Amino acid sequence: MTHSADVATGPDLRALAVARIARQRLVALAIPAAILAYLVYIFFAFDIAGLANRLRVDNMVTLLSDTWSYKTHVTRDNRSGDVEVAIEGERQGTYPAGEAPDWVSLGSDRTEIVLDDGHVVVFEGADVRYDIPGYGLVTAGHDGRRIVLETPDGSVPDFISASNARVDITTEAGRVSLTRTRNEVFRYFAGWELFFFTLSSPYHGHGPLEILFGDRIDPDRSNIAGAWQDFWGNPMWRHADVVWALGETILMAFLGTMGAALVALPLAFAAARNFAPLVALRFAVRRVFDFARGVDALIWTILLSRAFGPGPLTGTLAILLTDTGTFGKLFSESLENVDGRQIEGVRSTGANALQRSRFGVIPQITPVLISQILYYLESNTRSATIIGAITGGGIGLLLTQAIITQKDWEEVTYYIVLIVLMVMVMDTVSGWLRSRLIRGT
Amino acid sequence: MADIADRGAPASANIHETYLAMVRRKRAYSFALLIVFVALMVAGFSVANDRNAGGFIQGFPQILDFPADVVGEAWQNVSELPGHFVDFFPALVETINIAAVSTLIGASVAIALALLSTRGLALWPRAIPVFRRLMDIMRAIPDIVIALVLIFLMGVGPVPAMLAIAIHTAGALGKLFSEVAENADLKPVEGLRSTGARWLQQMHLGVLPQVAPNFLSYALLRFEINVRASAILGFVGAGGIGYELKNAITWGQGQFAESAAIFLMLFATIVLFDQLSSMARHRLVHGGKA
Repeated sequence: MTHSADVATGPDLRALAVARIARQRLVALAIPAAILAYLVYIFFAFDIAGLANRLRVDNMVTLLSDTWSYKTHVTRDNRSGDVEVAIEGERQGTYPAGEAPDWVSLGSDRTEIVLDDGHVVVFEGADVRYDIPGYGLVTAGHDGRRIVLETPDGSVPDFISASNARVDITTEAGRVSLTRTRNEVFRYFAGWELFFFTLSSPYHGHGPLEILFGDRIDPDRSNIAGAWQDFWGNPMWRHADVVWALGETILMAFLGTMGAALVALPLAFAAARNFAPLVALRFAVRRVFDFARGVDALIWTILLSRAFGPGPLTGTLAILLTDTGTFGKLFSESLENVDGRQIEGVRSTGANALQRSRFGVIPQITPVLISQILYYLESNTRSATIIGAITGGGIGLLLTQAIITQKDWEEVTYYIVLIVLMVMVMDTVSGWLRSRLIRGT
Repeated sequence: MADIADRGAPASANIHETYLAMVRRKRAYSFALLIVFVALMVAGFSVANDRNAGGFIQGFPQILDFPADVVGEAWQNVSELPGHFVDFFPALVETINIAAVSTLIGASVAIALALLSTRGLALWPRAIPVFRRLMDIMRAIPDIVIALVLIFLMGVGPVPAMLAIAIHTAGALGKLFSEVAENADLKPVEGLRSTGARWLQQMHLGVLPQVAPNFLSYALLRFEINVRASAILGFVGAGGIGYELKNAITWGQGQFAESAAIFLMLFATIVLFDQLSSMARHRLVHGGKA
């Protein structure tokens, strides 16, 4: 066509090409430069340099050690002289008075605590003697209101922090702490404490084989039923509540997604160019979709929780409203792309409008519909976790509560693992359903 | 002629009957599925209703009370609104910045992950499943989880939200990018390899130019999502406009003008970025000025 003309104006073409290449080079340089400039701006706007100061290293250590280990407290109340052993210092993990695990031997006024690697701590009255292998015997006691520390060589090493009001000795085997009111020893163990049974359950300390095949442990209940009851009702880990919360989150996602699809489908017909004859109606419905999407789940959640209070219904309705907008837009777009010939064919049999859409339109858009709905079902499981954190329902609430207390990081880890598993299962199920249903139609 | 018709008739009657039987069975299945679905929906809604603090029936008439309060109070103090817009503008910029940076970082990581986990392009083909699993996990962890943990470690501020959204973005975009890259033409890569180009050069000059429009389009879509996510994370304590919204709402009556201003700004921002990015995506996909 115009090739000959272009060739005729050879030098111009060359100049043009050179100019274009130069511009291309400039763009290729300008975009990374712009991104770099933006990142530099962010570096100062977000105060990345100050992050190192704000980073709470102690929190990180607590978090990391707490996720895979737990500690048992041996506490001597210095007013009454009573010694108590409690797992994680919690009420539900407290051993009954006079009982202790085998590494603690309780005496009338002398308690011996055996830690790992030959470390031994002895409570002798109000005094504490800690025999550290390779270092020597450290003694700490109370002298009136003061706390006095004696070390083998008289100096205070790095792993001991001592003042008149408090002494802390931290070794790899555990931690000893003395204050005026109490002397405490912490011993660390790997794992999650009392995950199956709390100390109040008779099944604590019995292995699975013993429970399944051994003698009846609790005379009132059969082993399996009793163990299940105590596990399910575990007051520390609250397995029943956690499962309920997971169910609630999935319920929010399911009801929200399906409800939105049911509401959006008929509305989408009113918003599609080839089905809605009235321009005004089409315009109005589209703006409704844009509004529902634009307001966003966050604002819907806030508005709805004012009317319905916190709970799964609020979360469901928030997802339903947001996704009605999304689905409406997606469905009306796919309705605009349907093939008119099939509808004509159905019309030629004398079908009315409803029958035409049922047999002429719906079968065409089903694959798109199903794949969108299933995709959003999976994505809404994640949204429901987040909305649950705001509106107070489901696993999201449990997670935020556990994080806010800043204490039970093993529970936080447990919830995170459950959430990730839940999302992955929903992902797999929706993928499987998609391949089954779409191939089936 | 006659015997052909004779032979044809029973066969076709048979086919017709089998067909009708299949239709009946299909209808029965569909009907059963429908019943199960309706039962699930009804049961689900009633469970959700029971476990909610307030029921649907009591709550429904009150649904407009809060918006009415907010709008009413904002209307009385309408002269304050421009002032509030100015006050909260920095917070809004922070929210947008969180979304933009996390999209930038997330998309960059996603490109690397996608190329490393695409058959035919991967640098270490044996490690493909490793990178795929990695993306699955990054995608599966909701951003709020990472954000809350990071807030505990770093204190309140934009960085935890940014990192949380970036991690999720890297996983989500990585999967989409790798699907796009799978369809890329391998001939340019082979050509480059024959000239002795290194892996990075092959990717940069052979693959990225082919997939750039699609990558950019997905990244823009993700940016829309991230603006929303960044507002939500602000609400749980990660700074930005969401944090201001939470404060304004917690103060309640008397501060509703502020809430209204934030609602409006948030809504306008979300709609604005949706429109901008959908225009840009339209251009990218359909090419030229559409």
